[in-house]
Amino acid sequence: MAKPAALEIEDLWVKYDGTVVLEAVNLSLYHRDFLGIIGPNGGGKTTLLRAVLGLINPDRGRIRVMGKPSSDVNARGLIGYVPQYSLFDRDFPVNVRDVVLMGRLGARSIFHNYRAADIDAAQKALKSVDMLEFQDRQIGRLSGGQQQRVFVARALVGEPKLLLLDEPMASVDTAMQEGFYQLLARLKKEMAIVIVSHDISAVSIYVDKIACLNRRLFYHGTKEISADDLEAAYQCPIQMIAHGIPHRVLKKHGDR
Amino acid sequence: MIEILQYEFMQNAFWAGLLAAIACGIIGTYVVVKRMVFISGGIAHASFGGIGIGYFMGINPIIGALVFTIASALGMGALVRRTRLAEDTAIGIFWSIGMALGIIFIALTPGYAPDLFSYLFGNILTVPASDLLLMAVLDVVIILAVSLLYKEFAAFSFDEEFGRVMGLPVERLYLTLLCLIALTVVLLIRIVGIILIIALLTIPAAMARRFTSNLRKMMILAVGLGIGFTFGGLWLSYAIDLPSGATIILVGGGVFLITLGFLKLQSRRREAGKV
Repeated sequence: MAKPAALEIEDLWVKYDGTVVLEAVNLSLYHRDFLGIIGPNGGGKTTLLRAVLGLINPDRGRIRVMGKPSSDVNARGLIGYVPQYSLFDRDFPVNVRDVVLMGRLGARSIFHNYRAADIDAAQKALKSVDMLEFQDRQIGRLSGGQQQRVFVARALVGEPKLLLLDEPMASVDTAMQEGFYQLLARLKKEMAIVIVSHDISAVSIYVDKIACLNRRLFYHGTKEISADDLEAAYQCPIQMIAHGIPHRVLKKHGDR
Repeated sequence: MIEILQYEFMQNAFWAGLLAAIACGIIGTYVVVKRMVFISGGIAHASFGGIGIGYFMGINPIIGALVFTIASALGMGALVRRTRLAEDTAIGIFWSIGMALGIIFIALTPGYAPDLFSYLFGNILTVPASDLLLMAVLDVVIILAVSLLYKEFAAFSFDEEFGRVMGLPVERLYLTLLCLIALTVVLLIRIVGIILIIALLTIPAAMARRFTSNLRKMMILAVGLGIGFTFGGLWLSYAIDLPSGATIILVGGGVFLITLGFLKLQSRRREAGKV
């Protein structure tokens, strides 16, 4: 029997106060897929992630993560999430290791404390993002890029099957970008990854597949997007991305 | 100093100070790190409604406050979370409704309301032994709840949305924390009074934060500071014959401000040393 899709979205509709934010979104994503979702700000990218995470209830449609409904709390242990902004207080008294440990909450039931195995897992996750040496540092005393790495470790420590990253480049400086994508390329071998960004150039070089989102999702299971799709998504003619190949964009960068 | 301990009311006062400091060190830490000072102020003032109802029904006003404060904490929490009302608006409404109810019920109570003043401004010297027992029970409840839910409260306080993603029952945790704040408020009414509670919830924890970045150590240190402030304030109020509740707050506030100034000076000196 075939493994269930890492993420399966069928006919998803989300409305806020009567305004349609997501309209008839369909998406299937499998193990080891690395998908970039691009689209203008306000196009519904974060809403889509929040729906997958079960943080908002869709008005219509079905979302399944590894075959389980995402509203099911159990499905969330399968998802690792790196938010765009973590709205945490920089002065909060917590060190890096304890922040990462919070990614194990799903593995330990209420009333029970973390175990040695959780601390080991947290240190392993910190090592994978090269942040182990900072484990005792208070979280607010790290740079934005370092904090971002800690949040990636927090997402990884629960051993997710699906990793969602919301605009991860927002707080990563250019010098660290390359290393960050190398990390994602390594992680791709163990899970499906979705990275969301308004910046086409930031994601296009590294991901394997691209989708465009502006209320509706334009996706053909490939890295090529037609100019028509982009135009529909961004609602203005886009010319500069074709690289001389009409109706084919971004292909040249991606061949590996 | 020692000889004042031979009076029973003084012994009771020290026990009351100790029991109050335990609750405000632990719960005050959450109030400070989760930025819940305003809602705690609302819960504290709303408790006056319970005092009034207690008088009216002829029961111990503290018991009235216990029930009423928990109910209004839950009401405030539900209003904040389940409606679109802005948080500070919801808190402000409950804050004044609670106080108004207290005034109405006291007016409806025939006769004169004795020691009403001590509920508003606190009088640690008049805490009866029966209230000490209640305070001890409330402390045990608080310690038990916080040790059972430690990792949940920590995650919830740090990053609520991530907690929700991890399947934490965020709303129930919030309401539980509000109930624990309500219990702490009831514990503190006798010590510093409704109007000054917020100071004892915030000053020890805020000062402890200056010395540690670990939540657990912050709680322990805050408890220690709370004990120091209440005992110091109590002794000073006895020595120079001032109201105990206000003296405790001024001792805590004074030590806190001096410490802040000292730390600032120290860090400036360290920076100057580097250059």
